[in-house]
Amino acid sequence: MKNIASTLATPLSTSKSRFRLASHSRLFLFPILIAGTLVVFLLELGIGSVKIPVSGIITTLIGGQVAEAMWSTIILELRLPRTLAAIIGGAALGVAGLQLQTLFKNPLAGPWALGLTAGAQLGVAMVVTAAAVIGSSILEKFEFMSNLSIVAGAMLGCVLVLMIMVTVSKYVSTITMLIFGLMLGFLAQGLISVILHFTNQSQTKIYAGWNDGSFAGVYWEHFPILIPIAIVGLVGSWLMTKSLNAFLLGENYARSMGLSVKRTRLITLACAVLLAGPVTAYCGPILFLGLIIPHLARGLFSTSDHRILMPAVMLLGAIVAQAADLFVHLPWEKHFLHLNAVNALIGAPVVMWVILKNKKMRGFEI
Amino acid sequence: MESVIELENLTTGYKTISDLKTITSGINTSLLREELVCLIGPNGAGKSTLMRTISGEQKPIEGKVYLEGKNIHDLTPKYLAKKLSLVLTERVHAGMLTAYEVVALGRFPYTDWSGKLKESDHQIIQGAIAMVGANELADRTLPELSDGERQKIMIARAFAQEPEVMILDEVTAFLDLPRRVEIIKLLRKMANEGGKSILLSTHDMDLALRGADRIWLLPKGGAMQVGAPEDLVLNGAFQKAFATEGMHFDSQSGAFKIHSTYKTLSH
Repeated sequence: MKNIASTLATPLSTSKSRFRLASHSRLFLFPILIAGTLVVFLLELGIGSVKIPVSGIITTLIGGQVAEAMWSTIILELRLPRTLAAIIGGAALGVAGLQLQTLFKNPLAGPWALGLTAGAQLGVAMVVTAAAVIGSSILEKFEFMSNLSIVAGAMLGCVLVLMIMVTVSKYVSTITMLIFGLMLGFLAQGLISVILHFTNQSQTKIYAGWNDGSFAGVYWEHFPILIPIAIVGLVGSWLMTKSLNAFLLGENYARSMGLSVKRTRLITLACAVLLAGPVTAYCGPILFLGLIIPHLARGLFSTSDHRILMPAVMLLGAIVAQAADLFVHLPWEKHFLHLNAVNALIGAPVVMWVILKNKKMRGFEI
Repeated sequence: MESVIELENLTTGYKTISDLKTITSGINTSLLREELVCLIGPNGAGKSTLMRTISGEQKPIEGKVYLEGKNIHDLTPKYLAKKLSLVLTERVHAGMLTAYEVVALGRFPYTDWSGKLKESDHQIIQGAIAMVGANELADRTLPELSDGERQKIMIARAFAQEPEVMILDEVTAFLDLPRRVEIIKLLRKMANEGGKSILLSTHDMDLALRGADRIWLLPKGGAMQVGAPEDLVLNGAFQKAFATEGMHFDSQSGAFKIHSTYKTLSH
C-alpha cells in the first residue's frame, strides 16, 4: 500500500490542482449573476408605460419623496410586488425543476411537464368552487384564511399529481412519463372547466384572471404566505444538495452510500410542492421556466454538482423570470403580450436543444 | 487468515405473505481479509440474490451474514456504507460530473451535510484514482469515457469509500477481453495490496479461474462449493455445475469445449 502511494504521488498533485480548477473555474459567474439580478430588478421597476429614472426608483425604495408622486404609487403598488413575485417565482420554479429532473432522472421534467402546475390549478379551482357552494362569506371575512385556503388547495393538487407520477414512474420510461404528465395536465384542465361550469360568474372571472400565468396578479397581501413557504422550500432544497448529488449515480448506488432513498425522495418532493404550489396559486401556470432554468445553469457552470447548481438556479430563475416579465410590460403599442408567450419563445428552443443534445449522447443525461 | 464476512447457514430467496421461494440454501463460508473471491455459476443459480443478501440489501430467509462479527442486517445504512461498498452492472449516467467528482462521491458517508471535502478526502480520492490508473481521466465527464474506463472509475469510487469489503456484480459484463483482464488484475491489487476483501460475481469462468484467490461455485439447485480454482477444476465440481447439453468443461485446459457433434449440427 505504502509503495503504491509514493510511486503515484507526483502525477497526483497535478491532477488535483487541475480538478479544482475544473470544478470551480466558473465560480466567477456568481458575482455577475448577482449584478445581473440587480440590473434587471431596476429595469423592471423603471421601464413600462411610464418611465421612471433609477434615482426615482432608489428614492422610492428607501422611502424618500420623489418629484412625481405617481412614481412611488406605480413602483410600490404595481411594479415592486410584480417584480418580487417574478424573483420568487423564477427561483422557486427553477429549483423545483432541478429537483424533479434529478429525482426522476429526466432532463425534461419540471413542475409544468409533470403536471404539477395543472394539479395546483385544479386544487385552486376546487377551493374556489367549494367556497361558492359553502358560501364564501366566512372565508371573505378573514382574507388571510381565503388566501391560505387557495395555497393549501394548490399544494394538495400538487401532492395528488406527484403521487400519481411517482407511481407511474415505476412502470414507464422517461419519455412516456412526460406524455403522461402532459395528459394529466389536460385532464386537470378539462376537470377545471367542468367544475367552473357549476360556479357563479363572478368567481369564474376571478379564476380566469389567473388562468393565464402572470406575475402581475400578486399583491402585497399575498407575500406573508408566499415568502415563508418559498423560504422553507428553498432552504429545504439546499439541505438536500448532497443527497441529490448521490442520486446522480442512481438509487442503488445512493443507497449503498448510506443514503435513505425513501426519505430523500419524500423531502425533495415535499420541497417541490412547497415551491411550485404557492407560486402557481398566485401567478397561475408559468410554463417552461422550471424546465429550462436548470439547463441554463448546467450549461453556464458546466457541472451537475447541485452545490453549485442550487444557488445558480435561484439567481438565473430570478433573472429570467424578471426579464420575461419585463418584456411583457414593455410599452407595446398595439398588443398585450402574455407571459407564457414570452416563456415559450425562450423555453421551446432550449427544450429542443436539450432533446438534440441528449440524442447525440444516446440516453438521458442530467 | 481473519474472516471479514461470514455466512452462517444462509438461505436466500424471497418471502411474501403467501409465498416462500428459496433460491440457495445452507451456505456456510467466509470471505477473508485481502482476498479476491469470484462467485460463479450458471444463469438462474441465484448469484444476484446471494450478492444482494450478502451486501445487506435483502433479508435472508434463514441464517445470518456477519460483517466483522456483527449481523449485517442489523447495521445502520450509514455504518454499513463505511464498511461495504458496491460496484453494479448498471450503466451510470452522472450527467456532467467529472470522473473525479464521481470518485469523490465515495466520500459521501464521511462528509458533513454539505458534502464538503477536506484535504484528507482529496488525498483518498486521488489515491483511489491512482490505484485504478485513471489519473488522465480525472477531469473528463462520464459520457466521455469508454465502458471500461467508466467501470474503472466506479471501482475507484467504491475504493474511495474506504470499506473493508467491496462487492462487485458482473462488472466485466460489457467489456472486451483485455479490459476484463485489466479489471481482474486491478481487483487483485486492491485485495492483496490495498487490504480489501473483494467479492466479484462473474460469468467469466476463464478469468475467475486465473484471477481469483478462491472461488464460490454456485450450481443450479445444488450446494455452493468453495475452494481454490485448481481444486474445483480437479475434483470435477466445475464440470458438474456447468453440465449442459452440447458442451463440457475440459479440466485439462480449464476451458469449455463444444462437442463436435453439436458443432456440426449448428453449421
